[in-house]
Amino acid sequence: MSESERERNGEQTDRAASDGEFGRYGGQYVPEALMPALEELEDAYERYVLENEDGFMDEFERRIRNFGGRPTPLGRADRLSERYGREVYLKREDLVHGGAHKLNNALGQVLLAKYMGKERIIAETGAGQHGTATAMAAAHLDMPCEIYMGRTDVNRQRPNVFRMRINGAEVNPVDIGRGTLKEAISETMREWSRTVERTHYVIGSVVGPHPFPAMVRDFQAVISEEAREQAKSQLGGLPDAVISCAGGGSNTMGAFHHFVPDEDVDLYAVEAGGSSLEVDEEAGVAPNSATLSTGDEGVLHGARTTLLQDSHGQIMESHSVSAGLDYSGVGPELAHLVDEGRVTPVNVDDTAALEAFHRVSTDEGIIPALETSHAFGYLHEASEASEDIGETVIVNVSGRGDKDLETVIEETEKRGLESAPDMSVFETGGGI
Amino acid sequence: MGDTSEAEPDAIATAFEDESAFVPYLAVGDPTYEESLEYVEALAHGGADLIELGLPFSEPMAEGPTIQQAVTRALESGMTPERFFEFVEDLEVDVPLVCMTYYNLIYQYGPSEGPQSFVERAADVGLEGFVVPDLPAEEAGPLREACDEFGLDLVFIVAPTTRGDRLEEMMDRVSGYVYVQARLGATGARDDVSDQTEGSLDRLAGWEIPKAVGFGIKNGEHAERISAAGADGIIVGSALVDIVAEGHEEDRPVEETAERLEAKARELKDGALDGTERLPEPEHP
Repeated sequence: MSESERERNGEQTDRAASDGEFGRYGGQYVPEALMPALEELEDAYERYVLENEDGFMDEFERRIRNFGGRPTPLGRADRLSERYGREVYLKREDLVHGGAHKLNNALGQVLLAKYMGKERIIAETGAGQHGTATAMAAAHLDMPCEIYMGRTDVNRQRPNVFRMRINGAEVNPVDIGRGTLKEAISETMREWSRTVERTHYVIGSVVGPHPFPAMVRDFQAVISEEAREQAKSQLGGLPDAVISCAGGGSNTMGAFHHFVPDEDVDLYAVEAGGSSLEVDEEAGVAPNSATLSTGDEGVLHGARTTLLQDSHGQIMESHSVSAGLDYSGVGPELAHLVDEGRVTPVNVDDTAALEAFHRVSTDEGIIPALETSHAFGYLHEASEASEDIGETVIVNVSGRGDKDLETVIEETEKRGLESAPDMSVFETGGGI
Repeated sequence: MGDTSEAEPDAIATAFEDESAFVPYLAVGDPTYEESLEYVEALAHGGADLIELGLPFSEPMAEGPTIQQAVTRALESGMTPERFFEFVEDLEVDVPLVCMTYYNLIYQYGPSEGPQSFVERAADVGLEGFVVPDLPAEEAGPLREACDEFGLDLVFIVAPTTRGDRLEEMMDRVSGYVYVQARLGATGARDDVSDQTEGSLDRLAGWEIPKAVGFGIKNGEHAERISAAGADGIIVGSALVDIVAEGHEEDRPVEETAERLEAKARELKDGALDGTERLPEPEHP
């Protein structure tokens, strides 16, 4: 190796160490046209978010409080605690404005775009929660906004499409592939490379090229920052475990981040087991979204991370009854924490999530999002199997389930779930 | 390349010698393996100086709708990295061939992770280099190393947004030729040819490596204009993929589509040559 080559490789290593690498994951695998925008964003992230330049973080905290409704409570789930014989506490991100944790990130990024002098916001959305949060934040901060959403998701998350439109955002259906989150992200990346100079791409999860995974985590970390303080004052100490659903992983990283150094607190990332953990290599379909449990290392959407892919490296179509978990990749930091053994990946299937949806709705008077229902599904399965998940657990209620009612009614009926309430009233034209 | 003699080590440099290289792109396996062989050979007959062969990836992040659909057709007809290499062996053309694909396929190939096995196999079948749209210079260390080991070139894309330090870094690492992206956005044929091209070519004026311009070139007139602006070559993808797509949709005989491709190739090559003639005499110091 020549000296200049050695020097070059040395530079590479130094740069990598300070540039969004999480163990073997992370990086910036994007078209060249986007690289200058990522450099600009890195600079803005360091100055405004990490160093509070121009009082950016002060303004963010003020707005997330007064517009977003933070802090959210940590409340005891009385009947679930009784049912499972352990102390179950709920971190109520469903109470954030818009009905999900998504606003924490969307508001942060739209505000950052304003500080950066960008004139326009684009975003992808899966379940529509990130799209609605971005549309709200953009309306709140007076920025034009366009949302890209897979056609399948447009059809199964109609209420959220209406909400985005009502907040003044354009919604562009994406007709490529199976029409879910993966295609929506690819299309938003393409749109970003067309308009990169004036536009900020508000990515919706801890995925994508650096600095997105770190920056989105920092905006979501308010969840665990609050929960940790609330646990100390309300429970007299830290919980034994935090349970959170994981698709791309933004609520997961948000709920885990400040607990990561607390080694006595177990962290469970609950993925969508879909209908099966088996994959259909021929069809290129994984009937699940259990990336952390079953995927392996690769490069997708700008980052090296854990993926659902076939033996050639083609990305598999994922599946979940929950649109927000339906993704073939996962955030690089979460993949790293799993490799390190700090986070335990588990999964529950569609049916278990639906049962949990009904159980929590009737037991606690909280209608959880189908995504969140996976976390409750795991709490149930672990308790039934007498697994040692600890005496005191916090479940992160990442969002509310109003958006899922049509899907839930349909899927519940299809499965003939005994635990579900009788929905037959709707068949006679009741409608919702 | 099959039994034909392997291209020479400086085959890529030779391809750009007349400063009006025509560099077509097709997605391999679109719409089937056999048809695709005919189409690539038709481009060579039509005057291609170098061919970019697209190995289809399921998430083509940098491509517009035309090439996305080509990729889908190719994947549905069963294209895989191994089939791609067989395709290169089966091809009977005597111009240098470059593989254009996304990094995950390069990374996953073979028994061990990393680009080594893929590059070794590519060298085996006679490929000359790579264009990897989702691999900026900063992430290209391992692939650059493997290319050096097996004597292959690694082409980088210079975007209209690429400036300053990033250009320097790319100049250090690029080999073969540089792919000058004519405009922002994903690939796709357009009716106008961007002003951004001239700006990009100006920024690269000091580079000794051949400069090929792509994105949006769809006819001989575009080719002429780009070539007259000082490009050493023109890269055309979507306008050719359109012909393949149309043939497929309208169920045309393979020969007819191949003829149309060959005619289009001639038009583009002639345009590039005309453009070079319009260039003022170079004023070498």
